[in-house]
Amino acid sequence: MARIDLVDLAHSYGGNDAPQESFALKPVTMTWRQGGAYALLGPSGCGKTTLLNVISGIITPSRGKILFDGQDITPLSTQKRNIAQVFQFPVIYDTMTVGQNLAFPLKNRGVPKAEIDKRVAEIGRLLDLEPYLNRKATRLTADAKQKISLGRGLVRSDVAAVLFDEPLTVIDPELKWQLRSKLKALHRELDLTMIYVTHDQTEALTFADTVVVMHDGRVVQSGTPAELFDKPAHTFVGYFIGSPGMNILPAEVRGREARIGGNVIALNRSYDNLPAGAKIEIGVRPEFVDAVAPAPGLLSAKIDRIDDLGRIRFARVRIGEAKIAARAPAGFTSADGTAGLRFDPAHVHVYADSLLVEGAA
Amino acid sequence: MDKTVNQKAWFLVLPVFLVVAFSAVLPLMTVVNYSMQDTFGNNQFFWNGVGWFKELLDPSTDLGGRFLASLGRNLFFSMVILAIEVPLGIVVALSMPRQGWTVAACLVILALPLLIPWNVVGTIWQIFGRPDIGLMGYTLNAMGLDYNYVSNAVDAWITVIVMDVWHWTSLVALLCYAGLKSIPEAYYQAAQIDGASRWAVFKAIQLPKMNRVLLIAVLLRFMDSFMIYTEPFVVTGGGPGNSTTFVSIELVKIALGQFDLGKAAALSLVYNLIILIVCWIFYTVMTNAGAERKVQAESEPATEPKPLAALKPVTALKPKEGVA
Repeated sequence: MARIDLVDLAHSYGGNDAPQESFALKPVTMTWRQGGAYALLGPSGCGKTTLLNVISGIITPSRGKILFDGQDITPLSTQKRNIAQVFQFPVIYDTMTVGQNLAFPLKNRGVPKAEIDKRVAEIGRLLDLEPYLNRKATRLTADAKQKISLGRGLVRSDVAAVLFDEPLTVIDPELKWQLRSKLKALHRELDLTMIYVTHDQTEALTFADTVVVMHDGRVVQSGTPAELFDKPAHTFVGYFIGSPGMNILPAEVRGREARIGGNVIALNRSYDNLPAGAKIEIGVRPEFVDAVAPAPGLLSAKIDRIDDLGRIRFARVRIGEAKIAARAPAGFTSADGTAGLRFDPAHVHVYADSLLVEGAA
Repeated sequence: MDKTVNQKAWFLVLPVFLVVAFSAVLPLMTVVNYSMQDTFGNNQFFWNGVGWFKELLDPSTDLGGRFLASLGRNLFFSMVILAIEVPLGIVVALSMPRQGWTVAACLVILALPLLIPWNVVGTIWQIFGRPDIGLMGYTLNAMGLDYNYVSNAVDAWITVIVMDVWHWTSLVALLCYAGLKSIPEAYYQAAQIDGASRWAVFKAIQLPKMNRVLLIAVLLRFMDSFMIYTEPFVVTGGGPGNSTTFVSIELVKIALGQFDLGKAAALSLVYNLIILIVCWIFYTVMTNAGAERKVQAESEPATEPKPLAALKPVTALKPKEGVA
């Protein structure tokens, strides 16, 4: 158990001399507090697995340091790092029984037998593996095998952190829910720091109390699910989290007004000091745009289609080239295929070069 | 159920059937025919029933004594080279590089002995071991060791075994290497995370995953070494005395040296039968191991495990628990 600090950490598969743009993991400095449940969220190839493997020591970083409780462990090998990791596909030692599989990490570290038996029994109970403990590990289904992998990750009580690398990929959707809730319960029960890598926002938002969003090798935002939803720090976060993602529109912003084409959208805050020459965009979640009957003063848009998701309907509309998703209130229909868009000023954010700009009150 | 029934399809098998009949069945029946008769040349044959077979299995007769002695030598030879080549092949495979240009270099170097014809291998070692002009023989004698494979039975055995190890360890190594390459990287990473020592990684991951290829390697090496003829014949000619006379060498001596076609035919049938039986045992064990794996993949966790451990010969090679 430890606090994990990353100090200016970066990794390039092409060596340290490669241009920084090509780094798989661009310099990052951040802290993972002891006992937290973190999700590392991002699309495939954004560097999340690289970051995870750097923390666990499978990869030696090109630059920077990793501190466990203030102690630099960067040069230490994985074995000496006191960290557990669960991989995407189940790894089973198939000559061993389920119980021996669970005991393997402890046995390798010379834990006394009585202690091993106690931990294995406890983890077996927590993961519902008790009936299988004396059975060969090869004779099990994929999800049971992945449970064993999870169990091997959780069996050591003294680890600095448990890292999960998309561990539920091979599991059926229904079992996925069960296992995820199980992991959450285990997190509360065992008081371990857990870092959970996924590209699935639902998985990230339901598992973690802090979600770290990565994009193109960079950590773009880290915060609670609510923060990520309400105030995305980067247009990518807005777009990646939420379904449909945030609408991002190029606009001219002056003071408390944003102009798109000839139309004015009111803003809640004043933006007077926008950096010159930057690409200015506004971002607003579909949940805060209403598609209504066209009226003067409203941004007018062409309706492509209306998606009915059951409890909510989203109108897919177009302003010029820009595509927008907007909430279609119950009973909304359009006679001529056009709609007016009403924005909720409190939830319209301004981005300069993709980064959130805080306006003045 | 809706499989089309068309008996005419048998005609497609006919060419193969004819070829096999002429190339295998007819010659084999000729041998069976010979094994029941005795000949004194001039193409004159006399019926002998199962007489040769009785003699063959009776150590007190000349034929039986020679056959059983050579069979014993042959089995001993196979055991020795298996005991050396399998562990050595594993070690070689483990120490081979996993990537880069050195992989290709290693593969080529390893494959070289396999490409050399048997009698050339024999000739190489025959000359290599000669005390007067052979590099190895001369060096050993210069070092004060009295090495001479022509006159000393132990030296002859050592030469034949070292030659076989040199010739065939590559095969085991290449098969093991293929097995090792098929292990996903995640297994090694997980083992690192689990704090496994090098030895524990070998025991828990590499050896179980090499299980299948090792079976194939053992099968191939057993068969080949059990049928060995050319290499020891070229090097030692079966000597000194009869000390390196294996079954096939004995067979050729009887068939071509003494022209005892009946005895030789009976011997070759029994020899063939032994090889077939061993092949069958290996085949059964291997397919059972494969079937078991399939069952494992499909079965629900609730099914009871069957006691199939006895069918996994590799567990015999497994090192003892707790050494790591």
